[in-house]
Amino acid sequence: MYTTKDGEEIFVIDAHTHFWDGSPANHKNIHGKQFIDCFYAYHSGLSPPDQVWPKEKFEKYDAQTMYDDLFVNGYDDMAILQPTYLGDFYNNGFNTTERNNTMKQAHPDRFILNGAFDPRDGQKGIEHLHECVEKYQVKGIKLYTAEWKGESKGYKLSDKESYRFLEEAQKLGIKNVHVHKGPTIIPLNRDAFDVADIDDCATSFQDLNFIVEHCGLPRLDDFCWIATQETNVYGGLAVAIPFIHSRPGYFAHIISELMFWLGEDKLLFASDYGIWTPKWIIDKFMAFELPDEIAKETGVNLTLDVKKKILGLNAAKLYGIDVEAQKKKLGNAHRAAA
Amino acid sequence: MTSTDVVKSVAGISDVRADMRIAEVWQQLETVVDPELDESVTEMNFISRAEIDEDSCVHVDFRLPTYWCAANFAFMMADDMRTALRTLPWVKETKIVLCEHMYADTINTGIDAGHTFAETFGKEADGDIDEVRHTFLVKAFQRRQEALINHLTAAAGLALERIPDLTIAELSGLVLDCEGEKLLARYLDRRSVVGAATLTAPAFVTSDGSPLDVDSLSAYLSGLRRIRANAEFNGALCRGLLNVRFDLDTPLESKRD
Repeated sequence: MYTTKDGEEIFVIDAHTHFWDGSPANHKNIHGKQFIDCFYAYHSGLSPPDQVWPKEKFEKYDAQTMYDDLFVNGYDDMAILQPTYLGDFYNNGFNTTERNNTMKQAHPDRFILNGAFDPRDGQKGIEHLHECVEKYQVKGIKLYTAEWKGESKGYKLSDKESYRFLEEAQKLGIKNVHVHKGPTIIPLNRDAFDVADIDDCATSFQDLNFIVEHCGLPRLDDFCWIATQETNVYGGLAVAIPFIHSRPGYFAHIISELMFWLGEDKLLFASDYGIWTPKWIIDKFMAFELPDEIAKETGVNLTLDVKKKILGLNAAKLYGIDVEAQKKKLGNAHRAAA
Repeated sequence: MTSTDVVKSVAGISDVRADMRIAEVWQQLETVVDPELDESVTEMNFISRAEIDEDSCVHVDFRLPTYWCAANFAFMMADDMRTALRTLPWVKETKIVLCEHMYADTINTGIDAGHTFAETFGKEADGDIDEVRHTFLVKAFQRRQEALINHLTAAAGLALERIPDLTIAELSGLVLDCEGEKLLARYLDRRSVVGAATLTAPAFVTSDGSPLDVDSLSAYLSGLRRIRANAEFNGALCRGLLNVRFDLDTPLESKRD
């Protein structure tokens, strides 16, 4: 919970968090090392210097550290656990639904657990999707289209197999699909970050919501185009929002473009924990004002009401969270613990 | 490796001639751009080594912000470096090495053999890279156009209404300051991407070569600003990642401690 100077309480849902194991003991090969190293570069490159973690903490943090960073030191009221399997890079996977579930079980009111599927897994993949829903009761699906698997270096959402899995997910009652566009989509000669397949899917699956993590960056310009044409496409602010510290000018551009094209109801705050922590991001976001020139040009305003939507209300709507009831529940749990 | 470590040496020839040749190498490398960022590979600090050996073979090592940077762009940069260096009459051979990248071996082997992208990647690619190259040339054209129009209307005092009717000849005849001249040259260098750049052709056209319309000009320009902001954002992100990955911010002395 973030409390403004005037005492107003803002309910925060952190829409993209991870409980990963990127430690050397878990690396299957060089790619495992390069993957966590790349995350660490994002972390150290964009965090304020006093928020940079030692490499070891970053590689593998324990459940208590994560809980404290999000809910005790940070302002999160709830957080969505998004898996990233990477079975070809890590012996036990990087951040599986199973691993995330241990966090969820320890703090059931704090976390929303999402699952994953990989359309290249065929029937086994369908079974895993069922397991995610039936055993772990996941509320949404996170897809990482750049994941390597055997000979394959990624897939597209518009592939025939992806459609089969999305249909199955829909049958199982899934509503929210988080899409993380990473590089190296096959075929290699095309733009690796092309967002056109999201457009295709969003048109075909009108009842699903597609939350595009890091707003299609580095293709924000193309993403704004497709998102404005599809009512069921949302933008997740992971990666974009930390720029509020190192490059506030760019952040102002990006948030105003997103508000102009997608609208204030379609944007979700996310720390991408453990890449960044919510405390400093939210402190800066709450203090942030759009420069007049940009506000005038795009005609948008980052008011307190808009900030409330971005920080929690939009995600609450997507995940059917009754904010007032949840506040009470969390308040009681807090008192019981104290 | 830090920026100050970058090796710029020549073996076996007199110092003055060696200095001239190495300067030529860097000049040629400067013309190679990261297609996505539309910035020079030297400006981006991608080059970690440029040397000329006794057999007049130029050795260039380069690195990218992440191990995962798109293979097609990495290939394009390596290929463009090879082509740019081979235009120098004294260059007998080139050896371009992409370091610490997921496709380093494949790309280095392909470039060495003078293979095309499609030949290098075989079935992992679905044909060549002309299409993606064109897409990013168009984005570069749009970005350069926005920068120039912005300069002309702000710094050079040209009325916005004049932009749609200006011909390439008229544009080239404008008296501009140093910054303006640079932006103009950069823009004209990409103008032919979207259609014939004859002297009587309109200087400013859309990405499909159509003339600009004065009534929708400001909406058109805000579209271009989005493309520019996105590219600048990516450039800032890439610089940050490269700095952390290769520890470019730590002074050499403290690293030796």
